[in-house]
Amino acid sequence: MIDLLKQPWPWYTSGIAIAGIMVMLLYFGKSFGFSSNLRTICSIAGAGKRVSFFDFDWCTQKWNLLFLIGSIIGGVLSSTLLSNGAPLKLSAATIQDLSGLGIHFDGQLNPEQLFSIHALSLKNIVLMLTGGLLVGFGSRYAGGCTSGHAISGLSNLQLPSLVAVIGFFLGGLIMTHLLLPLIF
Amino acid sequence: MKGLKFILAGIVFGITMAKSEAISWYRIQEMFRFQSFHMYGIIGTAVVLGTISVYLIKRFNIKDFQGNAIVIPDKDKSWTKYILGGLIFGLGWALTGACPGPMFVNIGYGFVTMIIVVIGALGGTYLYGLVKNRLPH
Repeated sequence: MIDLLKQPWPWYTSGIAIAGIMVMLLYFGKSFGFSSNLRTICSIAGAGKRVSFFDFDWCTQKWNLLFLIGSIIGGVLSSTLLSNGAPLKLSAATIQDLSGLGIHFDGQLNPEQLFSIHALSLKNIVLMLTGGLLVGFGSRYAGGCTSGHAISGLSNLQLPSLVAVIGFFLGGLIMTHLLLPLIF
Repeated sequence: MKGLKFILAGIVFGITMAKSEAISWYRIQEMFRFQSFHMYGIIGTAVVLGTISVYLIKRFNIKDFQGNAIVIPDKDKSWTKYILGGLIFGLGWALTGACPGPMFVNIGYGFVTMIIVVIGALGGTYLYGLVKNRLPH
């Protein structure tokens, strides 16, 4: 059993878990949306004193911060107890495309070349900060991220969420096909 | 402890996101290059099961743990913020390979440099709060 759990899990396990978590949160009177935590953290850090957007009672969001802490613990468990070190099975076409950009596929979850602490160059730091900035700004502007719009919103048949998800994809396609070749 | 269930839900989320490789930069690249069904399978399963669940909750008027009706508020009717915000989010998603949840799962997994991405995301969130009133919504 434990050997089975140590293998990579099929995609549907994740789909089922995500839907289950959404329903469980609804049952407890909450709504699944991870990026709200970023606003909450800004608020805890005192941003509400200067910017009214962060001036709210963040105690109502404590449950979401607990969820965030849980997700970090989940990451720790996955790489320790639940890992067998098997390399990721990326499609050959993607390996080839990335190699054309000079990004070597190393079988990890994320390329060491970009995310390893040993590869911490000024360029990598700037890319990570910029990417994070876009994600943080965009998710608040759109009023949600993948969990809030693609999962919670689409499940509730919200047209605005569909528009947001189309935006997520357009942005992703522009970055992948037009901008990454310029960056790398 | 009342909060324990949320920590446990987070742990389940973190483990399945990591074990199904949804937190992988490579998988996100594969998705945006349409070279594998993997990520579409994850999002598709979640949305199909989620839609059925929400339908059943409404159809049978299922109550929450306190016995109150489960009401899911509609999203504001507007287009500009969803399309522009979505586009900006997507640019960052494809660059970092991580949306807000996976950023944190990755830190737990051992990719500590993702803290830099989180710092960027907090900066972006703050920046939005700062300029919010001057943006078209």
